[in-house]
Amino acid sequence: MLDYLWLIPALPLGGFLVLALLGARLPRGLTAVVGAGSVGLAAVTASLVAYDFWVGEPPGHAYTQTLWVWLKTAGFSPAIAFYLDALSVVMMLVVTWVGFLIHLYSTEFMIDEEGYSRFFAYMNLFVSAMLTLVLADNLLLLYLGWEGVGLCSYLLIGFWYTKPENGYAARKAFVITRVGDTAMAVGLFLLFTHLGTLQIQDVMTRAREVWPEGSTLPIAAALLLLGGAVGKSAQLPLQTWLPDAMAGPSPVSALIHAATMVTAGVYLIARTHVLFTLAPPVLTLVAVIGAATLLLAGFSGLTQRDIKRVLAYSTISQIGYMFLALGVGAWSAAIFHFMVHAFFKALLFLGAGSIILALDHEHDMFKMGGLRRQLPTTFWTFLIGSGALAAVPLITAGFYSKDLIIWQSYASARGSLWLWAAALAGALLTSLYTFRMVILTFFGPAGMQAGRKPGWRMNLPMIVLAVLSLAAGFIELPKSLGNLPILSDFLRSALPAVVVMAVREGREPLFELISGCVSLGGILVIYLLLRKAPRFTEKLVRTPLGAALHRWWLVGWGFDALYDWTIVSPYVWLARIGRNDVVDLFYHWIAWVNQVGYRAVSATQTGRIRSYAVGLAIGAVFVIGLVVIL
Amino acid sequence: MATVPLNGVMILAGILFMLGLVGVLVRRNIIFMLLSVEIMLNAAGLAFVAAGSRWGQADGQVMFVFILSMAAAEVSVGLALVLQLYNRLKTLDTDAAARMRG
Repeated sequence: MLDYLWLIPALPLGGFLVLALLGARLPRGLTAVVGAGSVGLAAVTASLVAYDFWVGEPPGHAYTQTLWVWLKTAGFSPAIAFYLDALSVVMMLVVTWVGFLIHLYSTEFMIDEEGYSRFFAYMNLFVSAMLTLVLADNLLLLYLGWEGVGLCSYLLIGFWYTKPENGYAARKAFVITRVGDTAMAVGLFLLFTHLGTLQIQDVMTRAREVWPEGSTLPIAAALLLLGGAVGKSAQLPLQTWLPDAMAGPSPVSALIHAATMVTAGVYLIARTHVLFTLAPPVLTLVAVIGAATLLLAGFSGLTQRDIKRVLAYSTISQIGYMFLALGVGAWSAAIFHFMVHAFFKALLFLGAGSIILALDHEHDMFKMGGLRRQLPTTFWTFLIGSGALAAVPLITAGFYSKDLIIWQSYASARGSLWLWAAALAGALLTSLYTFRMVILTFFGPAGMQAGRKPGWRMNLPMIVLAVLSLAAGFIELPKSLGNLPILSDFLRSALPAVVVMAVREGREPLFELISGCVSLGGILVIYLLLRKAPRFTEKLVRTPLGAALHRWWLVGWGFDALYDWTIVSPYVWLARIGRNDVVDLFYHWIAWVNQVGYRAVSATQTGRIRSYAVGLAIGAVFVIGLVVIL
Repeated sequence: MATVPLNGVMILAGILFMLGLVGVLVRRNIIFMLLSVEIMLNAAGLAFVAAGSRWGQADGQVMFVFILSMAAAEVSVGLALVLQLYNRLKTLDTDAAARMRG
């Protein structure tokens, strides 16, 4: 069964080709079958492959399938090859199954849209590129998938391209991630020139042999790769594109900007973790970036009016947690949170999508309210997703995954009290903004009337994801609560265990109690603020300090304005004054010569057949004359 | 059989060719232009036949047969164009077709 590994990315690619070539001619039903079916088949294949991998673990805990050699030059021959180990098994399963559920949801969500087949073509291409990314055996193929998902993200953010602001959001996402991607490409060049290969496992072993820990080269390489990861995963300082990316349809946000693509950075760092352990300062930087991002995004999420922007900031913040986990060396905790986050955040985006659809594309939470009776399925699933996001203790998966990160940001040998405090503050913020969203949307006085009720194809994926958001936590129970680390044991062959300081190990129950209380306390506080004492809240926002902070957080700490002012405006100014420089004169001259020549020649085209004949005769005489004379 | 001097034939061919060329250049009626082109073609054919007989080779006559068939094809296309031109412009004056200029 492992031999069918290549089918997993190939199936969605086939779906893309069918839809791209025949899309406009296929009836909608068939488009849906091809679009969702190809991903569904890939998910089934992935499960069978994963089962095979689980039962008869291949030698070396990894299986490589080489399809063909991509290019062959002197000393460099990257192959189209897929590499399956415990890490890529987890990634592959999440990508295919969550992808399939979202495709199923989209078959109903997008039914009224003009570009139905275009949408599914892009989505299939995305799933294929994402699977290439997670299964790639060498960094070049990984980069192909990396750029592929970036392209699909661009295409799908700008899906409703007739509105100029959607096109702007798409370009912004593309350009800002390109900044990171360029750094990553430079990093790949550096790895290749110094290690002579891009095959991931070879890079890791050679790096370990050649580079001493903490020397300059691994630090530079890890920094450059981190640049790529930061861009793709919307972390500081390249986080500004993700909130605007919400211009795309909700299933796109669920699939690309919550569950899969934005976590590619986490995957990249986990995949190249050897390189990062050789560069301890960079690893610390990863943790600091994660902690700072989760706090900043948490504050911003607290002030948004647009339901999808709240979720966008929360995604940035949750990926911040994953970065924090990576930074303290808790590799499997990051992957665990990635998986759980994929479930509940996809669920929340799908729920937001069905609210938005029911309210005829209204995004403003303050116009919603009282929706829990009108959209009961959406309400209950959304509530479960929110509980997981806010890490409600014991019952939700989010508790187990996030608590593991919060705990290990303190207990790990690389952790510290500061990182722990930031993570804990982030957890409080998460509860606050999450339940602010729930209360504004589903409780309180009724706002707009829900028009369209979601059907089974929209409800089923949400219910399945809700079940997963509750149940997925039980595959990794902490020491004090059952001690059942199935996932980290499974990942052990690919990712090393976290080094926990012995002194701090015994304090785990206390810290779990604290984070559990913080999560529940946040929910209580926001309930009191919004439902019991709304006047006090309003007054708080009206105070000069409150109003200023509110404005500042609403625009995401003003990063957009900062970049506009420091980078975009000088660049535009330079481009404007450079319009007529010396180099351009030369090109203008070429254009001028061409134009004059064109005018002269076109003047001879009179349309009079006799003058053409004269030309022919003169030409013949001239040629004969030449022959005679020479 | 008295032989015709090659020079005389060549001069005749040259005169015919020039007549045809002048006809193409000065005539405005497209039918006369086609006739003139035919004359030019036949002048060339005559030169070929004469040269072929001078050197005792069959090539000249082969070329003439070739020119003959090509002329037939050219006339059929040409007459179709004449019909089209007349249909559209109600005249045979080629200068009237000058509005096709680029």
